[in-house]
Amino acid sequence: MNITLKVWRQNGPKDKGGFETYDVKDVSPDMSFLEMFDVLNIDLEKDGKEGIHFDHDCREGICGMCSMYINGKPHGPKDAVTTCQLHMRSFKDGDTIVVEPWRAAAFPVIKDLMVDRTSFDRIMQAGGYVDVSTGGVPDANEIPIPKVVADEAMDAAQCIGCGACVAACKNASAMLFTSAKVSQLALLPQGQVERKTRVEKMVAQMEEEGFGNCTNTGACSAVCPKEISLEHIARMNREYLSAKVSSTNV
Amino acid sequence: MSWITQTLSSSIGKKVLMALTGLFLILFLVVHLAGNLQLLVDDGGQSFNAYAYKMAHNPFIKVVSYGNFFFILLHAVIGIVLTIKNKAARKVGYHVSTKDSESTWASKNMPLLGVIILVFIVVHLMGFWAKAKLGIGEIGFVIIDGVEMHDLYTVVKTAYENILISGFYVISMIALGFHLSHGFQSAFQSLGLNHKKYTPLFKTVGTLYSYIVCFGFAIIPILMYLGISF
Repeated sequence: MNITLKVWRQNGPKDKGGFETYDVKDVSPDMSFLEMFDVLNIDLEKDGKEGIHFDHDCREGICGMCSMYINGKPHGPKDAVTTCQLHMRSFKDGDTIVVEPWRAAAFPVIKDLMVDRTSFDRIMQAGGYVDVSTGGVPDANEIPIPKVVADEAMDAAQCIGCGACVAACKNASAMLFTSAKVSQLALLPQGQVERKTRVEKMVAQMEEEGFGNCTNTGACSAVCPKEISLEHIARMNREYLSAKVSSTNV
Repeated sequence: MSWITQTLSSSIGKKVLMALTGLFLILFLVVHLAGNLQLLVDDGGQSFNAYAYKMAHNPFIKVVSYGNFFFILLHAVIGIVLTIKNKAARKVGYHVSTKDSESTWASKNMPLLGVIILVFIVVHLMGFWAKAKLGIGEIGFVIIDGVEMHDLYTVVKTAYENILISGFYVISMIALGFHLSHGFQSAFQSLGLNHKKYTPLFKTVGTLYSYIVCFGFAIIPILMYLGISF
């Protein structure tokens, strides 16, 4: 396969940046999208040019590091996959592919396709944990949790924090991410002690970071590689309102 | 009290205010439409004028109408604040715009639709409400059952006989229909009222409601322009 790549190049956070076009020849359809970038980078370096910077880590779709906005969609055209799990067979020979970084004020570009997603880390640090001692591993069935509740908590816990939701949202809102993290702990007994304070703090931090508001378009959930549902956003709204009304935090 | 202002000014709080004011306006539109359909009664405007007189002289309706103005303003102001914040959350846009299968056109264009509706409300109030309430422009009188009252029917009829005005009304109602098609169900999501049983119901009712309101309001200027009444 021969592919034409139009890639966003930006030398640093302050650089204006712009698109560069690359012709990538003899691409194997079995390559992952990132492997195609690896090959391109080797060629660029051979020519004495700087390779394209992009985030990646596990390349198994579970770490949430890869973050390319491919042809108008985070993680590319396939549903429920991350960029690292996207293969070149999803494209056609001769295709032109436009690759951009995540665009959000809360995700400033570091270089090329790499963006700074520490705003997500700060939301987690604000309350996305269980602080109280929950003891050792309990006996099976000692804490009864209905299967449907456990499943819902697991669905929320699947969020890998890649930021595709923010990238796709027309308002660059982080509601899907934050709500998945709030949900997974609000649904389980271990998360009850800090339940109210957690949602208050995480939402406050989310706003502090400069993410937009939710318009309920559903774009976030549609592009989420882990298919996190909008139900979690409704749950977070519920959690937040009831916490604000009933918590003793003034 | 600071926790109250803090809650209401948070992103979720603002969305909750949008939802609550929106739901109030959704109820208002039902009452408004029911009243307006009397314009189509073939009695020279008697029933419509009598209805308008009754509404104008009911203290309860008066209080609700002030609430209505306040909620329209609040809905518009918070909408503008949210839109400004949302634009600021992405300063550099994408070269290729987002494509996804889920989002409806209306959901992505709520601010634009809102502006069209706001312009419509201003024109609408200047055309009808200001004439009856503020005495701006000309309005005649009729006597029904021995009571002298404004002849609002003739004001409406004259306005709708102008193709530009009736056309503007129809286009605005289509924008309203789109706005409601997303707004109705979105309000429940913002309030956190999401349930496997009821969410599909809210969506269906919301879609039906937006069709009925859009069609109901749009058909009045069309039929009056054509001179059809029942």
